[in-house]
Amino acid sequence: MGIKIEVKNLIKVFSSQPQKALHLLDKGLSKEHILAETGLNIGVNNVSFTVNEGEVFVVMGLSGSGKSTILRCLNRLIEPSSGSVIIDGVDITKLKSQELRQVRQKKLAMVFQQFALLPHRTVLQNTVYGLEVHGVSKEEREKRALESLAMVGLAGWENSYPDELSGGMKQRVGLARALTNNPDILLMDEAFSALDPLIREEMQDELLNLQQKMNKTIVFITHDLNEALKIGDRIAFIRDGSLVQIGTPEEIIGKPADDYVAKFARGVDRSKILTLKDVMKRPQPIVQLRDGPHVALRIMKEHGISSVFVVDRAKHLQGLITADLALEAVQAGTVSLHDVKLLEVPTHNETVLVQDIFPVIAESKVPLAVIDEEQRLIGIIVRGSVLAGLADTGGDPKDVSSTTGTMG
Amino acid sequence: MYRLPLGQWVNQGVEWTLNNFGNAFDTFTKSVTNITDSLRQGLGLVPWFLIIIIFALLAWRAKGWRLALGTSVGLFIIYNLELWSPFLDTLILVLIASLVSLIIGIPLGILAARSDRFHKILSPVLDFMQTMPSFVYLIPALMFFNLGTVSAVFATVIFSMPPVIRLTDLGIRQVPADLVEVGEAFGSSSSQMLWKIQLPLALPTIMAGINQTMMLSLSMVVISAMIGAQGLGAGVLAGISQMDIGKGFEYGLAVVILAMILDRLSQGVVRNSRAAIKKS
Repeated sequence: MGIKIEVKNLIKVFSSQPQKALHLLDKGLSKEHILAETGLNIGVNNVSFTVNEGEVFVVMGLSGSGKSTILRCLNRLIEPSSGSVIIDGVDITKLKSQELRQVRQKKLAMVFQQFALLPHRTVLQNTVYGLEVHGVSKEEREKRALESLAMVGLAGWENSYPDELSGGMKQRVGLARALTNNPDILLMDEAFSALDPLIREEMQDELLNLQQKMNKTIVFITHDLNEALKIGDRIAFIRDGSLVQIGTPEEIIGKPADDYVAKFARGVDRSKILTLKDVMKRPQPIVQLRDGPHVALRIMKEHGISSVFVVDRAKHLQGLITADLALEAVQAGTVSLHDVKLLEVPTHNETVLVQDIFPVIAESKVPLAVIDEEQRLIGIIVRGSVLAGLADTGGDPKDVSSTTGTMG
Repeated sequence: MYRLPLGQWVNQGVEWTLNNFGNAFDTFTKSVTNITDSLRQGLGLVPWFLIIIIFALLAWRAKGWRLALGTSVGLFIIYNLELWSPFLDTLILVLIASLVSLIIGIPLGILAARSDRFHKILSPVLDFMQTMPSFVYLIPALMFFNLGTVSAVFATVIFSMPPVIRLTDLGIRQVPADLVEVGEAFGSSSSQMLWKIQLPLALPTIMAGINQTMMLSLSMVVISAMIGAQGLGAGVLAGISQMDIGKGFEYGLAVVILAMILDRLSQGVVRNSRAAIKKS
């Protein structure tokens, strides 16, 4: 997996004469200080990151944090004041306008927050736009546009006008328009923020589906951490134009770099990101297959429980033995659990999201067995452990009651 | 106190231009007069009812049968008052002057929209053109292009061009920023941006400017009877000088009818272009 985009020391000063501010930044003065002294506003303050090929990289921050500016520096809709943006080894901040147009036509495509469909063009005419300016023949570009419209589920709508479509459909057109160019990189500027929550989730799923097939490099801007966690392979937190933290969703939730990130993390609906692995308990107690029913009974008695999981030497789950079954076996004179007919229990993979098996957890009378990829029993889930997992903030527990997460 | 000899400078400038370029102006005047005359003669050959039918059809397409009916009735009144020939004179002048205004004005408007500097330079010039009493440039027009059609067209173009420049400028500047971003993000060239995004979206506003320009053209064409332009204006002028109120009223009514027809027609086109640009 190679590096696709490398952003180095990106600075954007909103001024036609940024030199003074850049100089002061060099001296190590703060953004606030420079604003007070020169009146120059620093939109992006020395941000560096890399995006790997095929990665969904989410840039997350509140409105006004500079995240959209960063995105627009990647295709130079906004000219960076200093720093470099290297895409496939080429520093695009150094390109002449003709070369830049080539890069925009071939490598980068953008999806906009307010869809930005051209109202005087039909869905098809909107979708072909990128290829049209690139000079691809009408036949070829319409063929490719129809393919991408089909891919986003809009086959048959090509002759409609944007005002005949719902918000979700408009953004599908926006997505199709970007995909028709077959770019390596998709830049998505709060692409789903203007949609209803249900449609938003649908579009997120759709994007993830498409991404599995296409394997693009995606830079996704959002202010919604749930969205960031859902679709991001890695997330970059931006505050006041500066990078606060970069990490996987797990790292962001588990080890927030500062209070700012932690505050966001508290607002997360944890059931959406927690997997069974996060909420399971260690598989204790368990009994081995070679143990006899006496051992099983003793362990159950010791822990005050009425059933216990049975595993073999390799920790593969064999089944569940209840106190009743164990008693029967003792009376029958069985010495090894090998000879006892154990209860079969369903198993759940460790990567399953908690929210997906809520009903199962709620209805199950026995603990759920969690297995890893090699079918080994690695944990058990009881109702209490799920609640504990959901309540855990991952941060300082003292904060839990005092503040609730606020999201923009 | 020293008085700035501004008027004298202007006089000297006009004189100097005439001395050095007088012949060129004469040639220009003659050839343009020839063109307009032959256009007028050509139009004169078309039967009056055919012209009414053509206008009615245009009105029907632009807005519907009501306007078509009104247009036919209006034009028939003009024919009935025996004002058909001056009506055609005025019509030709208005169309030529509007056309010249648009050919010069729309590109200027585009330039002004795309360059802030040009916009800043152009604004005071437009203010000047619009607020300077129109009689003032009837006189140099007269000196450069002699009595007649060309002077009238010149003065009319100066007077009627500002709206289409301003509204073209405004229309392009009002194109939503995110749609311009779309153009840039997909790598459009400057001319692709203009033709595929800015002009189509600015079209309703530009059409409103065209409507304004046509209306101003008509009013100026009437006034330019004072420098020898033929047509309805000349009749109004004659009515005034002969104290013939009835004659003045008839010619004036014909002007009003023409104005209403041109206005409703071009407004219909504006509305159609608005409808074509479906607001998302």
